[in-house]
Amino acid sequence: MENSKSEIKIPTMAEMAAEGKEPEILFWVGCAGSFDERARKITRDICKILQHVGISYAVLGTEENCTGDPAKRAGNEFLFQMQAMMNIQVLDGYNIKKIVTGCPHCFNTIKNEYPGLGGDYEVIHHTQLIQQLINDGKLKAEGGESFKGKRITYHDPCYLGRGNDVYEAPRAALEILDTELVEMKRCKSNGLCCGAGGAQMFKEPEPGKKDINIERIADVIEAKAQVVAAACPFCMTMLTDGVKNQDKEQEIKVLDIAEITVRANGL
Amino acid sequence: MIAQLIFIIILAVAVYFFGKNVSKIRRNILLGKDTDRNDQPALRWKVMAKIALGQTKMVKRPVAAVMHFFIYIGFIIINLEVLEIMIDGIFGSHRIFSQPLGGLYGFLIGAFEILAVLVLTACIVFLCRRNVVHLKRFTGTEMTQWPKSDANYILITEILLMTAFLTMNAADYKLQLQHFGHYITAGSFPVSSLLAPLLPGSASALVITERVCWWFHIVGILCFLNYLPYSKHFHILLAFPNTYYSNLNPKGKFTNMTSVTNEVKAMLDPSFVPENTGEPGRFGAKDVTDLSWKNLMEAYTCTECGRCTSVCPANITGKLLSPRKIMMDTRDRITEIGNNIDKHGKDHQDDKSLLDNYITREELWACTSCNACVEACPVNINPLEIITEMRRYIVMEESQAPASLNNMFGNVENNGAPWKYSQADRFNWAEEQ
Repeated sequence: MENSKSEIKIPTMAEMAAEGKEPEILFWVGCAGSFDERARKITRDICKILQHVGISYAVLGTEENCTGDPAKRAGNEFLFQMQAMMNIQVLDGYNIKKIVTGCPHCFNTIKNEYPGLGGDYEVIHHTQLIQQLINDGKLKAEGGESFKGKRITYHDPCYLGRGNDVYEAPRAALEILDTELVEMKRCKSNGLCCGAGGAQMFKEPEPGKKDINIERIADVIEAKAQVVAAACPFCMTMLTDGVKNQDKEQEIKVLDIAEITVRANGL
Repeated sequence: MIAQLIFIIILAVAVYFFGKNVSKIRRNILLGKDTDRNDQPALRWKVMAKIALGQTKMVKRPVAAVMHFFIYIGFIIINLEVLEIMIDGIFGSHRIFSQPLGGLYGFLIGAFEILAVLVLTACIVFLCRRNVVHLKRFTGTEMTQWPKSDANYILITEILLMTAFLTMNAADYKLQLQHFGHYITAGSFPVSSLLAPLLPGSASALVITERVCWWFHIVGILCFLNYLPYSKHFHILLAFPNTYYSNLNPKGKFTNMTSVTNEVKAMLDPSFVPENTGEPGRFGAKDVTDLSWKNLMEAYTCTECGRCTSVCPANITGKLLSPRKIMMDTRDRITEIGNNIDKHGKDHQDDKSLLDNYITREELWACTSCNACVEACPVNINPLEIITEMRRYIVMEESQAPASLNNMFGNVENNGAPWKYSQADRFNWAEEQ
């Protein structure tokens, strides 16, 4: 198993196809995972996990496009369907059957909305992959950073939780840590949005008393959590900004489930 | 008998007007666009049994759940008693079920009395929550004069009806003890027997009390029946079909508009010929008639309980959006259109629409599409669908999206990402070790 910390070689579909190979799974990186500085680190962590457990995977690289999620939620169905049909052409061109995503928005869109436009794939979110790998005994929480004694809470992304009923997979990744897992008062199906969904990420919020991520950070502070686990690049941005806004950067860290897994396993 | 005749006339008039108003609502709902909600009947029955009959989504708020359960069970079971009153009223009999049911009758009447007390308790608690404790959930810009009074009228009517029922029984019980006239010994009166000492002793006064309460009770129920179509209380009927026709897809799944699919396919492949899908409609919704019949049914089902609004992140943080208001506006607007049709014929235009005249753009753009409102609704109403349809109209028909969203659209279209980055840089992350 190639397990070197310094080298990760990211295979692309184009390279694989040139060699006449088909990977087991496509890793759909998403726009945030490709361009957002913080999310890019998580993208590489997901690759580290895939590489560590020896799953044959590839990414689309420059052939990947926005799924159309923000356009669709904002009401631009034309743009969404254009994006979707172009993406489906690319995915089908590579004969892709199974997809893992690093973003609940990409996950939801490809899983639920692409089939109606002719794109049928088995789609899982990276936290579901991590849960499977833990269940199969391929991932443990050994050999890396210890989270012992830390209070960790998990923030449910709307499009993973309420949108698709995925509540347990991300928690499974935290439960194997030797840590104190606490729930916020608003969690699971009652979870509170980070404020970025429905294309809010790309506009100023409407006038109100406060921003939604500030409201959410109050829940984190109330739970006295030292780590907030996220599973969505948009939640990551909103939660990180919220922590900064409350001057709690020293006390509260925001980490993606993939990052925590990589750290705990010393990958 | 004159009393029987009067009763039959009142009953017929009540049923006639109720039927007329229900058919109006049915017509209004069907002004919505068609949507297929007839697949998977077995699952649909299950959802209805669980959510409407089983009240499983009520339990999230335990006090309301217990109190609502009393009223709900009271309402369902007391219909047996109403049936007896109807038969007695039509045929001039008295407690007609007492003979065939025997001992069971005593048990049933006893059970109704206990339920009546539970209903009374629940109504008083509910009134206090609204008018004394001023629960935040029952306030808000949309909770204006009428929605506030509507709730109070319902609760006060139920209190009056239950009080009349118990007083009627108490008088009956006292007459039974005196073996007066046709007041044969029937039933058991665990609650009203306690009220009996408060009533006069003379048989004639008791008969008057019993008759007045009897008429008040049944005429009250018939009036209440006719109040339903004008009130949020209509949910006692619509909750059932509304949950039967629930959205069975994952909440994150939004509809793919077929009309758009046809256009996009034609753009990508000029030889594509779409199936004939009828006359081209509007993209998205400007007015309620652009919504589906299911959206409109939901508007008539809404009880204005505000569970949606109290969990809405936009509303919590002081923004204008309230999912409850979206549903109430939809109901008000479709009712207005219905009234216009009744007055001026079916082609009447009033130059108003749901967008702008009822719902502002600021409300629509505040939504994070998080589905909290959909999750919270005890009867599976989906305000998010209406919000999305209206956003679609603003964006695709009017091109009036906020400027920052237009920038995002431009980026997605030109760079394949919502941010202004070059497609060529998309894979740069792989080189940062």
